[in-house]
Amino acid sequence: MTIVTALAYLVAAVLFILGLKQLSSPKGARNGNFTAAVGMVIALAATIPLLHFTRTGVTIIAIGVVIGTVVGVFGARMVRMTAIPQMVALFNGVGGGAAALVAVAELLRFGNHPAFSEAFPSVFSIVIGSVSFAGSMVAFAKLQELVTGTPITYPGQQVVNGLLAAAIIGFAIAVLAVASIPFSFIALMVLALILGVAFVLPIGGADMPVVISLLNACTGLAVAASGFTLNNFALIVAGTLVGASGSLLTKLMSDAMGRSLANVLFGAFGQVQRAATAAGGGQARSVRSASAEDLGTLLAYSQRVIIVPGYGLAVAQAQHAARELADVLEKRGVDVEYAIHPVAGRMPGHMNVLLAEANVPYEQLKEMDQVNDDFKNADVALIVGANDVVNPAARSTPGSPIYGMPILNADQAKNIIFMKRSMRPGFAGIENELMYGPNTVMFFGDAKDSLTRLVAAVKAA
Amino acid sequence: MNNELLNELTFFVLALFVGFEVISKVPTILHTPLMSGTNAIHGIILVGAILIAAGAHTPVEIALGVVAVTLATTNVVGGFVVTDRMLEMFKGRQPAKAAAKQEAKNK
Repeated sequence: MTIVTALAYLVAAVLFILGLKQLSSPKGARNGNFTAAVGMVIALAATIPLLHFTRTGVTIIAIGVVIGTVVGVFGARMVRMTAIPQMVALFNGVGGGAAALVAVAELLRFGNHPAFSEAFPSVFSIVIGSVSFAGSMVAFAKLQELVTGTPITYPGQQVVNGLLAAAIIGFAIAVLAVASIPFSFIALMVLALILGVAFVLPIGGADMPVVISLLNACTGLAVAASGFTLNNFALIVAGTLVGASGSLLTKLMSDAMGRSLANVLFGAFGQVQRAATAAGGGQARSVRSASAEDLGTLLAYSQRVIIVPGYGLAVAQAQHAARELADVLEKRGVDVEYAIHPVAGRMPGHMNVLLAEANVPYEQLKEMDQVNDDFKNADVALIVGANDVVNPAARSTPGSPIYGMPILNADQAKNIIFMKRSMRPGFAGIENELMYGPNTVMFFGDAKDSLTRLVAAVKAA
Repeated sequence: MNNELLNELTFFVLALFVGFEVISKVPTILHTPLMSGTNAIHGIILVGAILIAAGAHTPVEIALGVVAVTLATTNVVGGFVVTDRMLEMFKGRQPAKAAAKQEAKNK
């Protein structure tokens, strides 16, 4: 490695650290992303002198960079705001896949009997990278609703997953000890891919952000391991930074949901069946529903309305309609606030982003701790496409998958208007008692459509 | 254990601590952008991908190289762009600007 390259890698590492620092405060966040991107460009440019290009090498790099750039820009720019969480999962997965493939290529190049210090990080990178790739793809499929968001469980699942992990460790030892068997790591890769799928399948869609964050940290470690294989400091430092900060972020995210990481990852085992039977008993009960005109009158003559947005608002692209309703209500002197649950939507911050897009004034967005005591003074809690974040089961039903999660006290409002597409359970796949509450009125339909009808009704009232 | 490996281990351990320290206090609304930002940073694997792709000879190496470079580039480019897109949404927050817009609308 030349001195110039080494110094450039150092500069890149510093920029990554500064970028992360800026990304963790609202003021500098956007600059932080830019800082990190500059670091990336420097690291890439500094790598060029290290390369011994063959003509094929130039061609395949060009092809890969062009395709990757087109897919990356197109995917990131064209996707709807609501689908951003699954794009993060996708981009994380491909990084894990790349780390695994780089390690495979290096392992092949070492030939028979590589030194343990070279072989071990390669094997680590192949396993973790593959798990991250497959797991992220499942997370993507769940969020994109290509497969069901509810946990997929079957009897003996834990045993099967345990056996898979054991088989991987066994194969890893075999590859390390008898690396002379060509392509023996292919079996390892296949097993790791299967484990990635099996690991994420039993986790409910609502917990996907935490899982993606964990897999993100895993990819970071896989990249760092590839760095050990290639003796490349840039990979080691950047990969490790992501591995460490990603792990901490994963913990912070599960803390925000009031749960332990173990509960998020393995909570579905055994609990879902109980929750399902509990939910089965509730099907015969009836709910109240009302016309747009009635609800419009109720809203127009309220003093204080708290809007609780959720994923349904995001799906229906109803943020502008929500803003419009807030505007007509405020014109009538009604006090309107938005209560933002930390994990409303599919990811933390999802709702803030969407409502900011609709130019909702920042002061009206209230975090859970700020607003929770206000619900009992509110005339109406207007729940727009949220569900699990207002489910009282989190307080009262110890068997429930969301038990212990802090929720918004929407149930304490004098009236609750529950806007929903259907009676279908929320993303966590559990029944919501609040829908059957004595003060609750259901208002069925697409969130945007329903809000527009409410706007008209308030204007007429 | 050779010198280079020792150096690498030192970097690894120090980077672990820096990684933990640097984001110790982050507000909930920034969790997703931060995750997405770190996601873009591990796209540094593109450095590794071009290192293996540059000298590819055999068909297997070529196949691995082209796929690895494609995936890694997608990670880097998509990661940074999608993070920027999320953070872009936060800029419309200046209350003064929002109020001015509101006034213009009411007229």
